[in-house]
Amino acid sequence: MEELNALLNGFAVALSPFNILLMLVGVTLGVIIGVLPGLGGANGIAILLPLTFTMPPTSAIIMLSCIYWGALFGGAITSILFNIPGEPWSVATTFDGYPMAQQGKAGEALTISFTSSFIGALFAIIMITFLAPLVAKFALRFGPPEFFAVYLLTFCSFVGMNKGSPFKVLSAMMLGFALAAVGMDSVTGQLRLTFGSTELMRGFDFLIAVIGLFGIGEILQSMEEGLNFSGKTAKIRAKVVFETWARLPRYWATSLRSCLIGCWMGITPGGATPAAFMSYGLAKQMSKNPKNFGKGDEEGLVAPETANNAAGTAALLPMLSLGIPGSPTAAVLLGGLLIWGLQPGPLLFVEQPDFVWGLIASMYLGNIAALFVVLTCVPTFAAILKIPFSIIAPVIIVICAVGAYTVNNAMFDVWLMLGFGVLGYLFKKLDYPMAPMVLALVLGDRAEDSFRQAMLVSQGNLGIFFSNPLVGTITGLALVLLFWPLISKLRPQKVAA
Amino acid sequence: MSEQSNQNSLVSMRTVEIAVALMFLVFAIVVMQGSIKLGSSWGSDGPQAGYFPFYISLIILISSSATLIQAVRQKELSNETFVDKGPFRQVLAVLIPAFFFTLSMQLIGIYVSAAIYIAFFMIWIGKYAVWKSIALGVAVSVALYMMFEYWFQIPLPSGSLINPLALVGIQ
Repeated sequence: MEELNALLNGFAVALSPFNILLMLVGVTLGVIIGVLPGLGGANGIAILLPLTFTMPPTSAIIMLSCIYWGALFGGAITSILFNIPGEPWSVATTFDGYPMAQQGKAGEALTISFTSSFIGALFAIIMITFLAPLVAKFALRFGPPEFFAVYLLTFCSFVGMNKGSPFKVLSAMMLGFALAAVGMDSVTGQLRLTFGSTELMRGFDFLIAVIGLFGIGEILQSMEEGLNFSGKTAKIRAKVVFETWARLPRYWATSLRSCLIGCWMGITPGGATPAAFMSYGLAKQMSKNPKNFGKGDEEGLVAPETANNAAGTAALLPMLSLGIPGSPTAAVLLGGLLIWGLQPGPLLFVEQPDFVWGLIASMYLGNIAALFVVLTCVPTFAAILKIPFSIIAPVIIVICAVGAYTVNNAMFDVWLMLGFGVLGYLFKKLDYPMAPMVLALVLGDRAEDSFRQAMLVSQGNLGIFFSNPLVGTITGLALVLLFWPLISKLRPQKVAA
Repeated sequence: MSEQSNQNSLVSMRTVEIAVALMFLVFAIVVMQGSIKLGSSWGSDGPQAGYFPFYISLIILISSSATLIQAVRQKELSNETFVDKGPFRQVLAVLIPAFFFTLSMQLIGIYVSAAIYIAFFMIWIGKYAVWKSIALGVAVSVALYMMFEYWFQIPLPSGSLINPLALVGIQ
């Protein structure tokens, strides 16, 4: 019951008129960001982060997290109406969403997807409410070796869960670590890898990388694909909403399964995109009539939308309780904590209860606000997509440039952003994953610090990472995940023999 | 990939795979040298500053070599197109103006640059009427100015060469 009391206090913090206004602004901005190509949750928040420097941290995180909820909802609009996923995690939504819109059932499809998104998010928030304080309390006993083991687990699971080449995952991830090492070394105070450049002394800011990789990179790719938007218009009538809601309870099993998949994939850094695909695949396998999938099946829409919002929300659990983000967007929010002068980690629950519980309470309120905004304003948001790309592209590049500049008030960062944009384009086309690179850039220094502290304790003996059952289990699990591509390759050969 | 698209292919998947893997290799060697110079071993007070980056660069060296070997071996990748000529021209149509926009942002500040850039892009790529394009470019600049300089009081670059806003007496 301790949690419920804390949560009520959180509601008291979140329910000030100023914070409610920020919530609505955040959600609306978030949906717009989710609809526009080139702006997504991660880089949208990265661009707006400098605007919150002067706000109180609780209000700032409420606004930024609401942008995230809005973007999670908004991705579905373009998928259903235009067959263009606004966000990578909405790809699976197009499979059944667009066919439904073509059959004239756009209103139903949008209602289903928004409602499923809401249920997925709600499930994840309830889980965060009760689980996050426990995880944080447990993690208070962690020392440097345990923390490094958790970092190791986070990064190794990228290798284990990625479908592509494990070498590319490693290359991209280590590039992030190497870039994070540039600049002042926090332990010895030495300048590292700056090669005499004063601009490099500041190091590489991950916000610049996020804006370049996800913003400019995506614009370049959209331009190559020659996007032209031709889609269905949609209005959601109240009658359709209620009729659709009456039908939804029959998909409870799919919904619950998708919630669980989403939460699991969100906590482990699998992320929202694989969660949506996995959930869609399972729903199809377990369905009585899998032939209808891909032709406008309602269940095929419930599954991915529930899972991706559950995953996107659950990604905040490790960010809040351990200080380790589960997704690039959670990483940007974590960067915000550092900028506002808060120390992420398990102590956050003890030292900043107002902040943490205000944020958790705002998750409930923000998602209700998001559901309300998207259900009532769909035609407006759909109209945004009618704006031709030749207007959107330069405006978004200008916005990205402003965002990159305001992080450190440095022109050098704008050039860097362009460079990261080209890198993002190459990476996307060659299947190098960007999420592990961004997370490595954010967590690099902290992972290195805990590694060095652990090494100091043990006098350079790597055995410290197996010195007690807890740290040994985490390290062992991490190593299994790291070598998973190798293990799974060996297995089918055994069967064949 | 059909054979027809091969003729329009600018560069093959294999070439780009190899080029990017080589880029990683060079990067790894640069980082490795830097770390060794810093001291990548065990000092009197624990691991030296280059200790962690050294092993990072070692992993990049190994993983990018593996990617390189895979790409060299997969001959069939040379039939796969990385990008066709037409779409690549589209990519350059965004990238080159963006480069000049950044350059002019540095020299004459963001407001005038943004207006020119947006208007130019709309006229050139979108084939819009000149007055419409200029109107929108100026509108975005004014909105930026109001939001940053006026409302949030965050200064944006005003130009290292000349400050056009100072010429008309705004700043």
